[in-house]
Parts: sequence; structure tokens; C-alpha cells
Amino acid sequence: MFLVCLVPLVTVVLGVFNLPGFGLGANPVEELIHRMGLWGLRFLLITLAITPLRKLSGWNWTLRLRRMFGLFAFFYICLHFLVYAGLDQRFNVSRIIEDVLERPYITLGMTGLLLLIPLAITSTNAMMRRLGRRWQKLHRLVYVIAILGVWHFFWQVKLDIREPLIFVAILTVLLGFRVVVSWRKSRQRRLLTQGNRSNDHTANAR
Amino acid sequence: MKVYGREFSVEVFSSIGVVMKNNIIQIKPSEITSEGNYLKRRELLVASGFALAAMAGLPRLSAAAVKDLKTIPGTFSSSETPTSWEDITTYNNFYEFGTGKEDPYQNAQDFVTDPWTVKISGECDKPGNYSFADIIKPHALEDRVYRHRCVEAWSMVVPWVGFPLGDLIKRFEPNSNAKFVKFKTLYDPMQMPGQKWRSLEWPYVEGLTMAEAMNPLTLMAVGVYGKSLPNQNGAPLRLVIPWKYGFKGIKSVVEIEFTKRQPRNSWQISVPSEYGFYANVNPKVDHPRWSQARERRIGARPFAEKQETLMFNGYEEQVASLYDGLDLRRNY
Repeated sequence: MFLVCLVPLVTVVLGVFNLPGFGLGANPVEELIHRMGLWGLRFLLITLAITPLRKLSGWNWTLRLRRMFGLFAFFYICLHFLVYAGLDQRFNVSRIIEDVLERPYITLGMTGLLLLIPLAITSTNAMMRRLGRRWQKLHRLVYVIAILGVWHFFWQVKLDIREPLIFVAILTVLLGFRVVVSWRKSRQRRLLTQGNRSNDHTANAR
Repeated sequence: MKVYGREFSVEVFSSIGVVMKNNIIQIKPSEITSEGNYLKRRELLVASGFALAAMAGLPRLSAAAVKDLKTIPGTFSSSETPTSWEDITTYNNFYEFGTGKEDPYQNAQDFVTDPWTVKISGECDKPGNYSFADIIKPHALEDRVYRHRCVEAWSMVVPWVGFPLGDLIKRFEPNSNAKFVKFKTLYDPMQMPGQKWRSLEWPYVEGLTMAEAMNPLTLMAVGVYGKSLPNQNGAPLRLVIPWKYGFKGIKSVVEIEFTKRQPRNSWQISVPSEYGFYANVNPKVDHPRWSQARERRIGARPFAEKQETLMFNGYEEQVASLYDGLDLRRNY
């Protein structure tokens, strides 16, 4: 599976060396930025799909893949940023800062990337143990990051929003699943406490 | 045959081209080919095209039907190295054939551009339907190498073939009410798959002020690299206004109308906060979402640094006076 996740990178490297069938087209810098960004987003959504998939299917083994997918999302998003910063902006820091401050879609993307860094750092077993409950809280940031990422994609498209809309739809389903689950849980809890109270009441009446 | 009191003869060799005698020809295609025959001929042409391709074992995506043109050296040419034929003909924005850059190349190969009629209408003394041959006949075809700057911040250097739009316009004798020129692209969703959904409003519409249209830089292009325009580049004829963003260069034109009032162009209709009527190349006025200060030159050095965008795309000397007193920040 690890090797499969590397396929997008391999095709891009082949493209850079212009192997037949892997060309990056007339505007390779833009193509690289787009492809890396898209794979970053795809891996982010795949990561978010693990929990619903596991709960619906009972395939608990999928949980072991979640961290790898998440780190691949981080990896491709870093490449996306590096191609932009290096090939597109030539590491011109003042120009990059100007872009981040003045172009709302770049502000969104950059925020998402910065928020991903602590998640990547705390992805080790040791960190999970050390942070305990706070780990899960921290990693809920991924919901915000995914929204920022998809929004970033949506906002930079010139006119044809069909592809970003697909991402919006998938993200809505994935986040909607969590809303429904947590809503059900809280209702169950409420019913349970209510049930307890009414039991107490009958007990008292007797 | 007598048309508008002038005698001339016409011989039509449909797949080879049209040979005509006479200088000023105004002829309605309906006088050459009836509607029924037109459709039959079109089917025949398509069929024969397929048959030829099949016989020759050509790949479907061979450069369909580009012909060599007889050209003369033109004016205003840039000395920069032209972008390759491959890049010019595979990296296109032509939403009628799809929104991806390679979609037009993929989807436009079977587009039928012969016969082709251009309707001239509005504030002029010589309105009517003109065949493509009528349109180009009196004009010498010039080679002009122009910089091409897309609103998406990439650019090319394109060796166009064409003639000044002003020379064409004079033939239709616009009257004093004609303040603007409006252009329309063909609307034919059967041939143009991109028109099956409303990415933009169809048909594509563009407009120029009369002064912009008459400027000697403004080109009615019919070819590139000495050959007739490939379909994906806007065959059989398109506009080239080198000091404006590429989307002003309307492709596959079927209608030219002289108007009193400023027409609204497709991108302006679609996103008025981002695209205006003028769309002059201007490094100091950014697109709301990205910078216009620099551009990526498509071509030989694919990973090269972006270069500075020039005011009016480097044609300041020829066109700056058109905009004296106009606030270019507001009139983007």
C-alpha cells in the first residue's frame, strides 16, 4: 500500500524527465502544483474516510492505514507548497508572503498547511501515548484543515467548478457522518439519563 | 452570376478550397448552396474525411485539414522566438470544446469549418451574409508574430497569419452610429461539446470600441505558422488583439455587428467583478484572485522563472493613446 501511495510521485518524476506518456504538458510548473495539491487533498479525504468505512464495515484493520494516508496527505501538500515556493516563486520570500496575505485562496491553503504540521509531528506512537486524550482533541483539527483545503481548491478555479464540487460533496458526506454519529451518541446519552431519572421517579413514588 | 450589380464567376472545389475572380465579392452562401445540399455536403465531407484517414491509417488526432497559406511579411512583428507549434496547438482555452487546456485539441478535430458564413449586421451600409472566402478574398495575408498574454498569467509568442480587422470593417461601411463592434462565436452544441452545459453563456460574445477595432494592430487571424488555423485555435477565423488578455480574441467568428452601445462580453457577463470589457494587459492592475505583474512564458525553458508582464503587453506605443483619460483600474 505504501508503494501504491507513491505512484503519483513516480508519475510526476517520470513527467519531469519527459518520458513518453508521462509529459506534463505545455505548462509543467502549473501542472506539478495542481497535481501535487490534488493528491494532497485526495489523501486527506481518504484519511477522513477510514473511520466511517471502519464503523460501517467493521474492517478494523483499516485503522492501521489511517496514519500512513494522513502522512501522505501531508507529504503531497508539502510538495505542492515546495513546487509553488521554489519553481513558481523562486523562493522569493517577500513575494510569497505577499501572496499569502493578499490572495485569500493562498491564505486558506497556507493556514491549512501550517495546521497540518503539528498533526504530522504528533503522529508517532510515542506522541500519542504522551498526549493521551489531548491527542484526539488536537487531531480533530483535521476537519478544519480539510475544509480549508477544499475551499482553497474551490476558490482558485477560474470558472469550471465541477471538480472542486466533487470534493465538496465527498467532504460533506464524510463530515456529515461524524455529525450524525455524535448527534446519535448525545441523544442516546440524553435518553439514558432521562430513563434513569424516570426510573428514580417511579422508585420514589412507590 | 450577378450579386449587388457586379458580375463574377465562382468555382467551388469544396474540399480543396474556393477560387474566385473579382476583388470585392459579396455573396450569400445560400446562393451557392441550398440548405439541403449544404447538409448533404457536410455529411459527405465528414464521411470522406474519415475514409481518407482510415485509408491512410492516420491517427484520429492528426492535424486535421490545415492547409499552407500564401503569406507576405507583416508589420509589428516581435523578434522573440515563437512558441512551438505543438504548444500553440495543444494548450488552448476554448471552452466550447471543454475547459481543460488540452480539451480543444482533443475535441475539436472533427469540427466542420467549411462552408463557413459570417453575418454582418447592425450600423453599417453593407450588411449581409458573407462566406469565409468572401471575407478573406481582397486581403493580403500577413505573417505577424505577436505576444499573446492570457489572463491566467501565462504567455506565448504566436506567428499569426491574418489581415487588419480595420481593412475588413471598412468594406462594410459602418455608419456614424457605429461606436462598438460586437463579435459572436458559432453556437452548435452538437459540434461543440462544451456548449452542452453553461460554463459560460453561449454563444461566446466579445466586443471592441470602434477605435480599438480600427487600430492597425488588431488582426483578423486565419492562420498560424503559415498554415490555416487548426480548429482548436479558432478556425476558420478569429480575432487577435495583442495588447489585451487572450479571452478578448474571440474564436470561430460567425457574426460581426456594429452597435451604438457597448456590448457585454461573455466573461464579463459571467464574472463581472473579475473580467471587464477592456481587459487590457496591465501589470499594475491585478486580477482579484491573482497577480498580473508577471507571466509564465510557455515553451522552450519549461522551468524558467516567470517574466515581467509589460504594460499593454508591450504595445504601449501603438495603443496607449486609445485610453487617454480612462481610469484603467476601474475599467479593467
